[in-house]
Amino acid sequence: MIEVRNVWKRYPGKTVLENVRLRVEKNEFVTIVGASGCGKTTFLRMLLGEVEPCEGSIRIEGAPLVPEPRADRGVVFQRYSVFPHLTVLGNVLLGLDLGDAPWLGRTFGRRRARNVARAREMLARVGLERSAHNYPSELSGGMQQRLALAQTLITEPRILLLDEPFGALDPGIRSDMHELVRELHRELDLTVFMITHDIAEGFSLGSRLLVFDKPRVDPHEPDLYGATITFDLPVGHRRRADSIMDDINVKPGEEHAP
Amino acid sequence: MRLINRRPGGLGVLASAAVPFALALVLYVVASGIRLAENPDDKLLPGLASIGAAVERVAFEPDRRTGDYIFWTDTAASLQRLLTGVFVGAVVGLAVGVPNGLLPWFGAFASPAVRALSMIPPLAILPILFIVFGVGELAKVMLIVLGTAPFLMRDVEQRVRELPREQLIKAQTLDASSWQIALRVVLPQVFPRLVDGVRLSLGSAWLFLIAAEAIASTDGLGYRIFLVRRYLAMDVILPYVAWITVLAFLLDFGLRQLNRRCFPWYGA
Repeated sequence: MIEVRNVWKRYPGKTVLENVRLRVEKNEFVTIVGASGCGKTTFLRMLLGEVEPCEGSIRIEGAPLVPEPRADRGVVFQRYSVFPHLTVLGNVLLGLDLGDAPWLGRTFGRRRARNVARAREMLARVGLERSAHNYPSELSGGMQQRLALAQTLITEPRILLLDEPFGALDPGIRSDMHELVRELHRELDLTVFMITHDIAEGFSLGSRLLVFDKPRVDPHEPDLYGATITFDLPVGHRRRADSIMDDINVKPGEEHAP
Repeated sequence: MRLINRRPGGLGVLASAAVPFALALVLYVVASGIRLAENPDDKLLPGLASIGAAVERVAFEPDRRTGDYIFWTDTAASLQRLLTGVFVGAVVGLAVGVPNGLLPWFGAFASPAVRALSMIPPLAILPILFIVFGVGELAKVMLIVLGTAPFLMRDVEQRVRELPREQLIKAQTLDASSWQIALRVVLPQVFPRLVDGVRLSLGSAWLFLIAAEAIASTDGLGYRIFLVRRYLAMDVILPYVAWITVLAFLLDFGLRQLNRRCFPWYGA
């Protein structure tokens, strides 16, 4: 269970997040939407441990979050998630090797063979077994994101954080990726937080949709107040997006409605 | 067809690249011919034949006094100084640049000092080097180290900082320690960039080498050029300069190939 208690984030002259409160149970799939610059990414970076809240606290299974990225929270960014200097296999192997070899960061002999076997299994799971010896720059955008997922999930994180992971992909490939993420979420018993700009994706993919927005806006000083979670909706396959759309004050032309 | 769309083909590339060199050679031969016709003892622009004879003398006949083939002993001495200096400079650049770029506390401590150090003109402290290290090999190598290392330290630091933030976060979510991140994420990605930095700094390394050899040395390509200058021996100076240019080109070419072969992902 992840508990976000009254979290604020302020920068000099700017409030980004105000009074964010949230409880997410294990195995939920939370999608996050909202206008650009409304603190979605800041919120994700807080969950990651990269950014510390100014006030309030985040607790995972009751323990306060360490303000540093850790192995219990995996992440996939829109870009730069994989290491360009490692092959596909090397990228997946890295997480296992780092855990096994604190000084060299790489394994040899029987232990390496075991890690390679596990890495290949994971590559097969995301459909990349044939590209094991290619470098990421030789892969398409969709394949790179498959690789990023495999690389993250090999160390078995409990929480998966996705920052617009499919924002740069073609629509056809995007739906393949949706299928993959949905399956991985189910199989690996993950709690997923995913930021998206595609509101249809937000509705169809997750089990819960959060909308970040500013409840108060001072027209003379737009940075005075921060954003918070303005809508927290249960969503899913069954529920038609259109019916929920009416509930939300999406400004016309700002978001692409399904 | 527009000029911007006209491209030379395979042979055209070679031929057009050769034109300036051929032109320079023709110009030289003509100018030398004119001067020699006026005064057969002219030393400023010796004919190709006397240059050939001088190369024959220094490269393929043992020196009458020492018995050495001075062209090759000069080359060996200079390359040894140059490569030692640049190698030490690169190692120092890596050893200081990586922690400077990766560890905020280390950077806060060492980065301003490195910036200050890089502002010192190395030739201005050459006398200090001769005083401190004597006029032997060490002072000459140290000049090259001091001439290249500050640039490489700053360059490596910059390359480390340029690595996407996402990569360092990602490595941390794979439970990598700072040491593991340096070893598995930063070093392999910085290494080919360091090689590029070394390629850039080779030009100034040659400058410092020849300056040091000109002032205090008993062998080396720079020493020889400045020695025979006293006799206006252009027939030796010109082939030496050409040879230095060839060596510099070969070093650059070799490092570029190293990057291509060893780091196929680099530049992709």
